[in-house]
Amino acid sequence: MRIFNFDEQLIPLDEWIQTFVDWLVLNYREFFQIIKVPVEISLEGLEWLFFTLPPWLIIVAFAYAAWRYAGKRVTVFTVLTFFLIGYLGLWEDTMTTLAMVICSVVFCAVTGIPLGILAGRSDRFEMFMRPFLDAMQTTPAFVYLIPVVMLFSIGTVSGILATIVFALPPIIRLTSLGIRQVHPELIEAALAFGATPWQVLRKVQFPLALPSIMAGLNQTIMMALSMVVIAALIGAGGLGNPVVQGLNTLEIGLATIGGLSIVLLAMVLDRITQGIGQK
Amino acid sequence: MAIDVKIEVRNLYKIFGPQPKKAMAMLEQGLEKEAIFEKTETTVGVQDASFEIYSGEIFVIMGLSGSGKSTMVRMLNRLIEPTAGQVLIDGEDIIAMSDDQLVKLRRAKLSMVFQSFALMPHMTVLQNAAFGLEMDGIDKSTREKRALQALEQVGLEAWAESRPDELSGGMQQRVGLARGLAVDPDVLLMDEAFSALDPLIRTEMQDELLKLQAKAKRTIVFISHDLDEAMRIGDRIAIMEGGRVVQVGTPEEILQDPADDYVRAFFRGVDPTNILTAGDIATVKQTTIVITEGKNPRAALQRLIKDDRDFGYVLDSERIFKGIISADSLRELIDDSAREQLIQNAFIDDVMSANSSDSMQDILPEVASHPWALPILSDSGEYLGAVSKNLFLRTLHRDQPEDQPVTEQLSNGAV
Ligand SMILES: Nc1ncnc2c1ncn2[C@@H]1O[C@H](COP(=O)(O)OP(=O)(O)OP(=O)(O)O)[C@@H](O)[C@H]1O
Ligand SMILES: [Mg+2]
Repeated sequence: MRIFNFDEQLIPLDEWIQTFVDWLVLNYREFFQIIKVPVEISLEGLEWLFFTLPPWLIIVAFAYAAWRYAGKRVTVFTVLTFFLIGYLGLWEDTMTTLAMVICSVVFCAVTGIPLGILAGRSDRFEMFMRPFLDAMQTTPAFVYLIPVVMLFSIGTVSGILATIVFALPPIIRLTSLGIRQVHPELIEAALAFGATPWQVLRKVQFPLALPSIMAGLNQTIMMALSMVVIAALIGAGGLGNPVVQGLNTLEIGLATIGGLSIVLLAMVLDRITQGIGQK
Repeated sequence: MAIDVKIEVRNLYKIFGPQPKKAMAMLEQGLEKEAIFEKTETTVGVQDASFEIYSGEIFVIMGLSGSGKSTMVRMLNRLIEPTAGQVLIDGEDIIAMSDDQLVKLRRAKLSMVFQSFALMPHMTVLQNAAFGLEMDGIDKSTREKRALQALEQVGLEAWAESRPDELSGGMQQRVGLARGLAVDPDVLLMDEAFSALDPLIRTEMQDELLKLQAKAKRTIVFISHDLDEAMRIGDRIAIMEGGRVVQVGTPEEILQDPADDYVRAFFRGVDPTNILTAGDIATVKQTTIVITEGKNPRAALQRLIKDDRDFGYVLDSERIFKGIISADSLRELIDDSAREQLIQNAFIDDVMSANSSDSMQDILPEVASHPWALPILSDSGEYLGAVSKNLFLRTLHRDQPEDQPVTEQLSNGAV
C-alpha cells in the first residue's frame, strides 16, 4: 500500500524550515539585531553594576536580602556561598552569570506577568498560549540555539534570548493559575461595589495572585540558572564557561567547581525569592 | 401615603447555557423547565418575573434551592446579564445602561452582602469596610472615617486592624454588612447573608439588621430559603419556584391566601399565631348595631333574632365600639320596665376588646374564655370586626376545608 510507504520522505519539512530560516536571516537580520538592543543595554548596565561594586558590598546586599526575607540560616549560607565562590576564583564568572540571570528574569517578568494575566482572564487566550508554552519548555535548547545564533550572532545576548525562551513559560503559567484561583465571589463582590475591570485586576486579582506569581518568578530564576551551561555554548560567558571548558578538555575538576557554584548560587536565589514570595 | 416604587422588575428572564434563544421559544410554547433542559442542556434560571420593590421595605425573596433566587438578585445589579426583560431602579432601566453607567449606578445606589461573606483576605477589616468607597475614588482619610463609622454600627470598631480570617463567621458577616453600609446605599442586596451562620448568631444578626433598618430606612432585598427568617424580617415576601415568582405579598397575605400548593407546603409547620394579628383575621360577620340616638332595645332584639345571632356589637355613628349585647340581656332589660329602656343598659359586663395589631397568641385567652367573639379595634377605637373561637381555630387549621366542625375540638382541648 502506498499509504504505508515510509521508506522515503514525503514531507521535506526540514528543508522548508531551513529555507525559511535562511530567508529570515537574509532579509530580516537587521530587524533581529534591533530587537537585541534593549537586552544588550540592560545587560551592559547590570554587568557594569556587578563589576564596579566592590565584592563586599554585593555580599552585604545579598546577605541583607536573605536576612530580611529568609532568616538567619539562609543569611549564613549566602555569605558562605559568596566567599567560597570568591576563593574558588570564580567571582567574575559569577557576576556575569548573575547579570545574565537577572537580565533574563526581568525580561521574563515584564512580558510573562502581563501575558499570564491575559491568560488568566481569558480561556481563549490560555488555549492559544498553551501549545507555545509546551513547545518552549520541551523543545531541546540545541534545536533553537543555531537559528538564534544565526539571527542574533554569537555572544551573551543570544544566550539571554535562549534563556528567556526556556524560562518564560513558568511565570506565565503560574500567573495565570494565580489569577484563576481567585474565588469568583470576591470578583463578584468587587464588581457589586462598582469596581471597573481594571480595579478588579489591581485591587483583587493581582494581590491575591501574588504568591503564585512569586512562585512563578522563582521557577523562572531556577530555569534561567539551568540554562547557564547551554548559554555558554554560544559564547555567553559566566559560570557556564568553566563547565564547558572543563568538558572540552576533560578537566573534571574545573567542570565540577563551575557546576558547584551554579548549584550554590541557585540555592541562594531560590531561598531568597521563596522568602519574598511568602512575605 | 403613596407607595414609592424603588425597583421594578418587568418580564425578566435568565437562561443559562448554550441555546438561550431556543429555550425562550420553547418557554413561549409552554414547555417546562425540565423538558427544556433535557432537550437543549439549557437551564431556565428565572422566567417571566415581574414585581415591584417599594422604597424602604425589606423585600424577601424565598424559595427552595435552585429556584432562581441568587440569579434574580444578581440581575438587580447586573452581576448576571438577563436574557430578556427590564429592571428599573428609580425608573431607570439598568439593563439598557452602558458599562460606565452601570459602574456609576453600583457605586451610587447599590451594595451587596454575600452568603460566603466574600471579604478580601488580603485586606484588613477596615480596608474591607472601605472597599466600596475606595472603588469610588474617595480619598483615604475620608473613606477610613466612614468605614470606621460603619464598623461602629455593627460593633466591630475594635477589630478594624485585624484580618478577616482572625474573626468568627458572625463577625465576618458583620464586616460584610459594614462594607455594604459604608457606601450608604439606597438598596442593599443580601443573598442568603445569614444562612452560613449558626442559629443563635443568625437571630442576633436579624435583630441587628432590623435595628439598623429602623434607624435608616433602606430598601433591602433579602434572599432566604428559611421561612422563619423571611417572616421575621420581611415586610413583603416573593416566593419563587422553578424560576418563576409564584406569589408576592405580605407574610400575612401569603399565609392566609397561598397561591398554590407549593406556597402552602412552604408555610406548613409555620405557627400562624406568631405571625397573624387580630386585625388580619377579624371578620365582620357578627351582627353590628349602630346606635343612633336612643336606639330601641326591642328593635335590636328583633335584629338578633332575625340574623339568628346570640350577640350583637354596638357601635356609634363613627363606628367606635361601644359594647356587646346579647338576646338574653336585651330580654332582661325589656322585661324590667323599671329600668330606662336604653340599649347601653343591656351591655354585657366584662367585655374586653383587642387591638388589631395584637398577635393571635395575645388574644387567645380572651377568645377562649367568653362565648362571644372578641371585638377587634383599631388604635382609634374603631370596630374592625371580631374573632370567634371558630374563626380562630379555622385559621390554625387552614389546610382543612372551612365547613369542618371545629368547635368540638375546642372542648377537646385542641387549643
Ligand atoms: N452560571 C450558571 N450556569 C448554568 N446554570 C446556572 C448558573 N447559575 C445558576 N444556574 C442554574 O439556575 C438555576 C437557579 O439557580 P440559583 O443559583 O439562582 O438558585 P438559588 O435559588 O439561589 O438556589 P440556592 O438556594 O441553592 O442558592 C439552578 O437550576 C441552577 O442550576
Ligand atoms: Mg443562591
